[in-house]
Amino acid sequence: MYVAVKGGEKAIDAAHALLARERRGDPAVPALDLTQIAQQLGRAVDRVMTEGSIYDPELAALAIKQAMGDLVEAIFLLRAYRTTLPRLAASQPVETDRGLVRRRISAVFKDVPGGQVLGSTFDYTHRLLDFALAAGTPLPDPVATSEPIGAAPRVADMLGRDGLIEPPPPGDAVPGDLTRQPIDFPADRALRLQNLARGDEGWLLALGYSTQRGYARNHPFAGEIRIVDVAVEIVPEELGFPVEIGEITVSECDMVNQFGGSATAAPAFTRGYGLVFGQSERKAMAMALVDRALRARELGEPIAAPAQDEEFVLSHSDNVEASGFVQHLKLPHHVDFQSELDLLRRLRAEHDQRKTAAE
Amino acid sequence: MSRQISDLSGKIDQRRFWMATLAKAAPADLEQAWSDLGLQPAFTRLRPAETGLVMVRGRISGSGQPFNLGEMTMTRAAVRIENGPTGFGHVAGRNARHAELAALFDALLQDPERHAALMAGVIRPLATRAADEKTRKASEVAATKVDFFTLVRGED
Repeated sequence: MYVAVKGGEKAIDAAHALLARERRGDPAVPALDLTQIAQQLGRAVDRVMTEGSIYDPELAALAIKQAMGDLVEAIFLLRAYRTTLPRLAASQPVETDRGLVRRRISAVFKDVPGGQVLGSTFDYTHRLLDFALAAGTPLPDPVATSEPIGAAPRVADMLGRDGLIEPPPPGDAVPGDLTRQPIDFPADRALRLQNLARGDEGWLLALGYSTQRGYARNHPFAGEIRIVDVAVEIVPEELGFPVEIGEITVSECDMVNQFGGSATAAPAFTRGYGLVFGQSERKAMAMALVDRALRARELGEPIAAPAQDEEFVLSHSDNVEASGFVQHLKLPHHVDFQSELDLLRRLRAEHDQRKTAAE
Repeated sequence: MSRQISDLSGKIDQRRFWMATLAKAAPADLEQAWSDLGLQPAFTRLRPAETGLVMVRGRISGSGQPFNLGEMTMTRAAVRIENGPTGFGHVAGRNARHAELAALFDALLQDPERHAALMAGVIRPLATRAADEKTRKASEVAATKVDFFTLVRGED
């Protein structure tokens, strides 16, 4: 039990002043501005937006600066800020097969309409530290250009035409929202995906990895990975028609997994889905693996592995909750501990008495 | 009747086009276009600029049932110029002036006497600039298109 304590204000003020000073570092070194963070630490910004669950690169950059680059702390800051804003609307579902494709690859077909485009990627780099970057070597010549790829239809649709893959679950029902109503188990797939989208990347990566190592093996292939700028539209009540408010970058993974089927349904590939803000492809892939594992109940598979246990997966995915509960252990538990200490002393005294009596 | 409907949907499409263009324009460009107009009309703030959140939805497997992906910031405003039509601005982000300028242009664009000049002088140049930028990015991405060769393993 945590018991409120009084006092310590002076020490706390001093600690925060020290934090501010250490955050700034040597005043002779120029301070980071938010544009530098948003543009040059883009993947950190993307992660904070995804798990902080607010798309706003400038806010994420501020959170990263304030948290001194501690991304889980930055995510916490964004979540806290969220509670100060009203919800104005829900968007029309974004159309990920439209918009500027920044990257699009498929591991299942060599030739796909629109082609495979790598975009800007860490793949195929040698992962050697680049000391030229440390020395501030100027950028190479302007990058190459080529005729835009045009339409890039979904890869899974190629399989879908022949019925070789399960179709996406149909319908337009308004999805549940876990920011409004705590999640109940069993949770439907839309709610699970909302939880996974804002879930901790490390948690999902480890769980996704566990499925590949045999804990709920489902033979995944990266059917398609796509990073795309999508239009976000809302339908304002006063207008009654959809209006575009801007564009956001999202990463999507459509994972193709081994067959399901039944007495009535012919065997077909099954799917897992990942969708996240920004360029966060590892998270999107992990999310798709875990989404597929969590479909075990629906697909009649035995639930034997941690990644298939939705209560376990979804209840521990949120790093703001997790870090809050783990870190609350730092708060003064003096009274609690005192009673434990008293109990321990009594037990030891009784133990000694028994020992003496036996001798 | 069908003629009326198609006129109406044509008008709505046109308004959606200019509203999207205004929402995606750089605020500095809108500010410049506004001062270039030299109008400074009197207007009423029916809804002062307000920042809040939009829940962004995706679809399962890209085209299935909707789900809530996460939120984004948006600022909205509504204005009326003199006794003219109401203009609305809904723009991603937290820039109050951007939302108000979008609303002011939306109000003016609904005025038949100003419409053509504003489309030609403000909206089309902004839309062209945005399209050029998109083409530039798409061309850079296209240069990263790969052809994977399948290597035949073994003799047969």
